Amino acid sequence: MQLLRRRRLTLAQKEDLWALFFIAPWLIGFVIFTAGPMLFSFFFSLTRYNIVDAPIFIGFENYVRAFGRDPLFWHSLRVTLYYGALSLPLGLIVGFGLSLLLNQQVPLLSLWRTIYFLPSVIAGVAVAIVWSRIFSPQVGILNPFLERTFGIKGPGWFTDPNWAIPGLVIMSLWGVGGGVIIYLAGLQGIPTSLYDAARVDGANALQRFRYVTLPMMTPVLFYMLVLGLIGAFQYFTEAYVISGGGGGPQRATLFYNLYLYQNAFKFNEMGYASALAWVLFLIVLALTLLVFRSSALWVYYEGEVRKR
Amino acid sequence: MASIEAQRMQPPTTVTHSRLQSMRLQSLAGRTIATLVIATGALIILIPFLFMISTSLKSKNQLRAVPPPLIPWETTMVEVAGKREPLYRVTIDGETREMALVKNQPGGMGVFVDPVDPEQSVTLKIAEQTPVRHIELHPENYAEAMTAVPFPRYLLNTLIVTFVGMTGVLLSCTLVAYGFSRFRAPWLNWLFIVLLSTIMLPRQVTLIPVYVLFQRLGWVDTLLPLIVPTFFANAYDVFLIRQFLMTIPLEMDDAAKIDGASPLQTLWHVLVPQAMPVIVTVAIFHFLYAWNDFYEPLIFLHSRHNWTMAVGLQTFNALYAVNTHLIMAASVVMVIPPVLLFFLAQRYFIQGVVISGVKG
Repeated sequence: MQLLRRRRLTLAQKEDLWALFFIAPWLIGFVIFTAGPMLFSFFFSLTRYNIVDAPIFIGFENYVRAFGRDPLFWHSLRVTLYYGALSLPLGLIVGFGLSLLLNQQVPLLSLWRTIYFLPSVIAGVAVAIVWSRIFSPQVGILNPFLERTFGIKGPGWFTDPNWAIPGLVIMSLWGVGGGVIIYLAGLQGIPTSLYDAARVDGANALQRFRYVTLPMMTPVLFYMLVLGLIGAFQYFTEAYVISGGGGGPQRATLFYNLYLYQNAFKFNEMGYASALAWVLFLIVLALTLLVFRSSALWVYYEGEVRKR
Repeated sequence: MASIEAQRMQPPTTVTHSRLQSMRLQSLAGRTIATLVIATGALIILIPFLFMISTSLKSKNQLRAVPPPLIPWETTMVEVAGKREPLYRVTIDGETREMALVKNQPGGMGVFVDPVDPEQSVTLKIAEQTPVRHIELHPENYAEAMTAVPFPRYLLNTLIVTFVGMTGVLLSCTLVAYGFSRFRAPWLNWLFIVLLSTIMLPRQVTLIPVYVLFQRLGWVDTLLPLIVPTFFANAYDVFLIRQFLMTIPLEMDDAAKIDGASPLQTLWHVLVPQAMPVIVTVAIFHFLYAWNDFYEPLIFLHSRHNWTMAVGLQTFNALYAVNTHLIMAASVVMVIPPVLLFFLAQRYFIQGVVISGVKG
């Protein structure tokens, strides 16, 4: 019986079965860990749910609560956007600037590349702990340095509601090296013929940067911007570690993702947390689409090849 | 012809020569400045590492120095009349001697005595004398930190999660990537688009139902929620491996097929050996991800003996906040494996970043 059925399969059907066999791990995982949970997540967002008792359907009440009655929701959005508004442009400028310098045929390139990349391999708890000590007014080295070199009395950083976010931004700049590698690869991928042509036309270094380097690099810069935006809304570990999960002085570092975590796993508000997760999803989706849409205005793609 | 003649007529004058030289100089000056800026930046990058290592080797007493020196100095003490007193280098009538400070007096003055002959004493302004110091390291901090909380246990858990997870990712993602790179069907293209779109999906959206699922299965507070999903592939790594497989010519597959190899055999014997660079890259990336991840272990692991290094370190930091030297020692232990791996496999690393960065 089995044999007869096998024989009836055409070659194309056999190929299809093999394909299905190979992608099965992902397909099953997609149903169990992605598609199914997304549906449930949306359903939970319409309920009051504390994981112990059955969820109680309350319609769009959670969304109304977030947008209308929860000042912490707005506060955590502000914290996240403030951090993003500071760290993204700074990271882009510092990272891109560094890669331009590293592209200047400097000696010991691989050594520099190694050093700049080093912070990105240890991202996480250890980094946040070390920086919390560097910033510390008691045992830290940053404030004594500021005092000695510039005569500035340094702030309390992570214990000061006004300086906690700038502190995290400085911390994030330490990790720009990951981007540097990507920018560097992009820079080295620009055909030298373009620069030669610009030189023949009499372009100076600044003009070569403006009319060759920058347009050729916009796809990479654009990609990093999208990643950074999504990253800001997922920012969690550092914010958790420096405040012990509490959100810091006057909730100055209560990032959106941290607030979501608190609702889900500290307050057992699974329904409300699901609603926050869907708002997060829509924000990320909207931001991504916005950047993609606006990209036509400022991103230069070389022919059709670069288009994804 | 005429123009060539004309060019020949123009002698290669010294003007051209000097212009060339000035351009070269300009670029040399530019390169020097660039190198200086880069070196300064590199130094700034290294300072936290130096701070972490140096602090991890200090005693609690050495931590009190303000500003904290990068080198773990300790004031040299000498025994004077049965008591340990700090040694100073003092200048008396232009002569420098080493003497112990035995007594503070008002007005910033201090009584210094010769440690060999305590009868000889002199009263001087303390601020004008230099304390004698030596480097003192405390490697026992590491043993203390590792035993203060069950770090060996955390290490074991982290290794299990990291390496079993790595196996899961490599197995599942290679199979799926092969499926998406070597078979052609309209439905497969649609599924590939679905796969790619999940890269953008924030994990918070699926987290709560997945947590509920694992809770119903009784898996919460075990390592299973961190391990099992790795066997079901992830979009990012599938994409990375698939991109690489696409560059391997189909003729290789066809040759194996003619020899009667099944697709599985083809994948294993023909493609996997060639795809080693990307497989190593994915393995390294997963190692780093699993080693450093804090979010999921924090959510899924509740009891102390199940924690990974990341969760254990954060809790250690919260509980032992004043023992900065021990916390730095534990942090050094936590960062050594990724840093070592990075140095050993840097090539794969940078390659991976470039593939996923530029082509992604």
